[in-house]
Amino acid sequence: MARDSQAALVALNRFGLGARGGASGDLPNAASDPRGFVKAELARPNGVLLEVPGLQSTAALGKAVFDYQFESQQARDAAAKAATPSAVEGQPPADAKTQRRNLSLNSIAMDMAPKEPAAEPAKPVATGDAAMAPAETMRPSQPKPPPAPLNIIQKTFRAEALARLQRGLMADCGFTERLVAFWSNHFCISANKGGPARMWAGSFEREAIRPHVLGRFADMLKAVEQHPAMLFFLDNQQSLGPDSRAGKNRNRGLNENLAREILELHTLGVGGGYSQDDVTALANVITGWTYAGRLGQLGAPGTFVFNANAHQPGAQRVLGKTYGASDVTQGEAVLADLARHPSTAKFVAAKFARHFVADDPPQALVARLADVFARTDGDLKALATALVDSDDAWTAPLSKMRSPYEFLVASGRLLAQIPNDPGRYLGALNTLGQPLWSPAGPNGFADSNAAWAAPEGLKLRLDISAQIASRLADGIDPRDLLELVAADAASVETRKTIERAESRQQALALLLMSPEFQRR
Amino acid sequence: METMSDCCEGLRSSAVSRRGVLLGGASFAAWAYLPKFARAADGRDPRLVVVILRGALDGLATVAPLGDPDYAGLHGSIALTSGGPNAALPLDSFFALHPAMPEFARMYRDKKAAVIHAVATPYRDRSHFDGQDVLESGFAGPGRVQSGWLNRALEGLPKGERVTSALAVGPTTPLVLRGAAPTVGWAPVALPQAAEDTAMRLVELYQHRDPALANALKQGLALDKAAQGDDMKPKPGASGVSAMRLAARGAAKLMAADDGPRIGALAFDGWDTHANEGGPVGRLAQLLGGLDGALSEFETGLGARWRDTVIVVATEFGRTARINGTQGTDHGTGTIALVAGGAVKGGRVIADWPGLKPANLYQARDLAPTTDLRAVMKGVLKDQFGLTDRVLAESVFPDSGAVKPMQGLVF
Repeated sequence: MARDSQAALVALNRFGLGARGGASGDLPNAASDPRGFVKAELARPNGVLLEVPGLQSTAALGKAVFDYQFESQQARDAAAKAATPSAVEGQPPADAKTQRRNLSLNSIAMDMAPKEPAAEPAKPVATGDAAMAPAETMRPSQPKPPPAPLNIIQKTFRAEALARLQRGLMADCGFTERLVAFWSNHFCISANKGGPARMWAGSFEREAIRPHVLGRFADMLKAVEQHPAMLFFLDNQQSLGPDSRAGKNRNRGLNENLAREILELHTLGVGGGYSQDDVTALANVITGWTYAGRLGQLGAPGTFVFNANAHQPGAQRVLGKTYGASDVTQGEAVLADLARHPSTAKFVAAKFARHFVADDPPQALVARLADVFARTDGDLKALATALVDSDDAWTAPLSKMRSPYEFLVASGRLLAQIPNDPGRYLGALNTLGQPLWSPAGPNGFADSNAAWAAPEGLKLRLDISAQIASRLADGIDPRDLLELVAADAASVETRKTIERAESRQQALALLLMSPEFQRR
Repeated sequence: METMSDCCEGLRSSAVSRRGVLLGGASFAAWAYLPKFARAADGRDPRLVVVILRGALDGLATVAPLGDPDYAGLHGSIALTSGGPNAALPLDSFFALHPAMPEFARMYRDKKAAVIHAVATPYRDRSHFDGQDVLESGFAGPGRVQSGWLNRALEGLPKGERVTSALAVGPTTPLVLRGAAPTVGWAPVALPQAAEDTAMRLVELYQHRDPALANALKQGLALDKAAQGDDMKPKPGASGVSAMRLAARGAAKLMAADDGPRIGALAFDGWDTHANEGGPVGRLAQLLGGLDGALSEFETGLGARWRDTVIVVATEFGRTARINGTQGTDHGTGTIALVAGGAVKGGRVIADWPGLKPANLYQARDLAPTTDLRAVMKGVLKDQFGLTDRVLAESVFPDSGAVKPMQGLVF
């Protein structure tokens, strides 16, 4: 029995998002067939998709954000104009302010209002949104100043965040949601780049990542690099072939940001065998990869387009191979070759094993995963299956620290709290250093104990746990929750610590901070 | 990658950092001990702050070689100029400082600040992440991330009392200060704290079951107290720029205390200006204003301790000498380092200037490095703390015997 519970911990915590509370019976189910419990989700590729009523396509969101930014700019210009000649003693003109508010309300009303209610969960569980973080990180606990109305970008971001959180909180095992988070972090963008990135952060993941999480790496790579969010995030919409028509007319040229990160972060990995010349050549290859803007001159606003006018003419040599066709297929051919490059297989396999198994994973496991990746031409379902089938993944000690996202979602699952508002989760993620869809760099969030078990982060995690417990411990017996979390795999010390706590609140905070709950 | 704060989620207080920090890309950590310095006899109580600018600072845009005939052409529309409404601040007959840094200019005039130009770590490729690892680890190449050079320098110092409070603004410790020597951190967060009794019970549980977490939590608990104050809380809507000041203010307050830490590291993000970098005004100008403000906060906050302080500002590499096709600059090589503080022998731009002619550029694209950044760091460590050449060449910056400490940076 003890061994089964230990395997259940691996299934639920290493691969999944943790045991759910209530009457889910996740732990006994996982214990009876640990591998089967994890792999069940792999049999349902469509289950990875996130199709929630009210969530819109990248194109629709693009049009909305372009219009919103355009109108905001116009309102600002009009306000500035109105203020300059007529402002008395520096008083802002009242009508400009009103106009601005009306504009944004109009935008929201037009674009979001009919859809927003539908984005609410199908079966809301009461009081869920009160759980996850202290009010102070979110908004003033007493409603003194009226909160500014959310603009369409903020509303969209929150709707996308809510949909992702709800999916994670309700998933059976959560393995495919963990895979989504892994690939989304591998191919990350940051919402902090600006309005369009924040608007598209969720749709990027829904459209470019999720459809391929159990599909082919090459397809994900192409979808990512041609997605407007990535093109915006790494400046490629600004990059012009120096000898292209647009480049010559506007006297502008290359920006090698995206090309470098494709090689360094998305495929080969640093040291994967490319040079500065390869970076520059690839930057030339993908000139013209952009998205249509507000006026839709190149295509439907917010869609990927290949702008031949901006494309550097002529053949390019990348990694020793010449790519002749000087159109969109030139870049697609390079990406296809990068996807099956041996360095890519090694890089992806090492990262995959590091995420799920250990900061320093067994080299034999990494080699086996790289082999599977190469042999199956980047079949990501085969890669995930190989990981679950390996013995290493089940015998390696549960030494990794849960990331803040994994910790918060696991807490919500255990406490059966499905929020109607993502605010507390987003606030707690900010506090713990993993703001949703907003890593500081294109290399994504760190994936190591050095990052997530650091002193200050651990202290903050304890503070957050205490806050969660202070809100939710009433009516809960933390000893029962420990049975759901670990049963007889719980250590004697953890059990005693929880039993001897001076209050339910304290016991729950300690349970959430216990090694059984923090390590995976 | 760029961070723009023009469109933040309403509940965010600021942008975020590479290593995941609450305050706009600011992180800070310090040594947990008060060193017993050999130089205690002369009454000095030296302090050192290392500021890492992540993302690769454009050195040519920060300290512009206006006297180089090729500079204006290469930096094009974003080049600084000696005239006009936002004229660069002259440092000498050849170099001028970005106009967003008046505080640094004042320190320079007072001979309390200096610039080292055309400087680089030994790293010659252009990956941010490897570049930062080399900068912070102190090894000659990437791949060594177990400890940072500043931490190894601490191991060479005589250990005194443990500090009662110290810092790491943000949930993680930057690599430069990671390692065997214990460090501490602090984060300005408006978050109610868990009860002390709960924390102590958890420490006890960890001591039995998870010693690594026990150590981390004990350190984390020790930090918050001295730094906390109402003015330390992140303000809603605070930009990355004000976050830099805030982090520096908190760090300075802690480091000014008699029992506060003497050696710390701070990291600011967001310097990766691939597009629309801006010239005298614009994006880089805003960031430099934040850095300038942070240096000023240290000067103010350290009070009488400023006299014995050295702040070193460094970045992983520079940017292309010629602007790219999008009014920005791509990853390059040579850049600048800044030193400031009451203990600095300043008022100088230290440079073996390589020139910006095409043939003089590194790989025909970057400012060629003529000074090894390790020489700067070694010089500071040697003069400020009396570390020997041998320790510096063997353990602090391994295999760097050929790189001699720069002399005369510090009084």
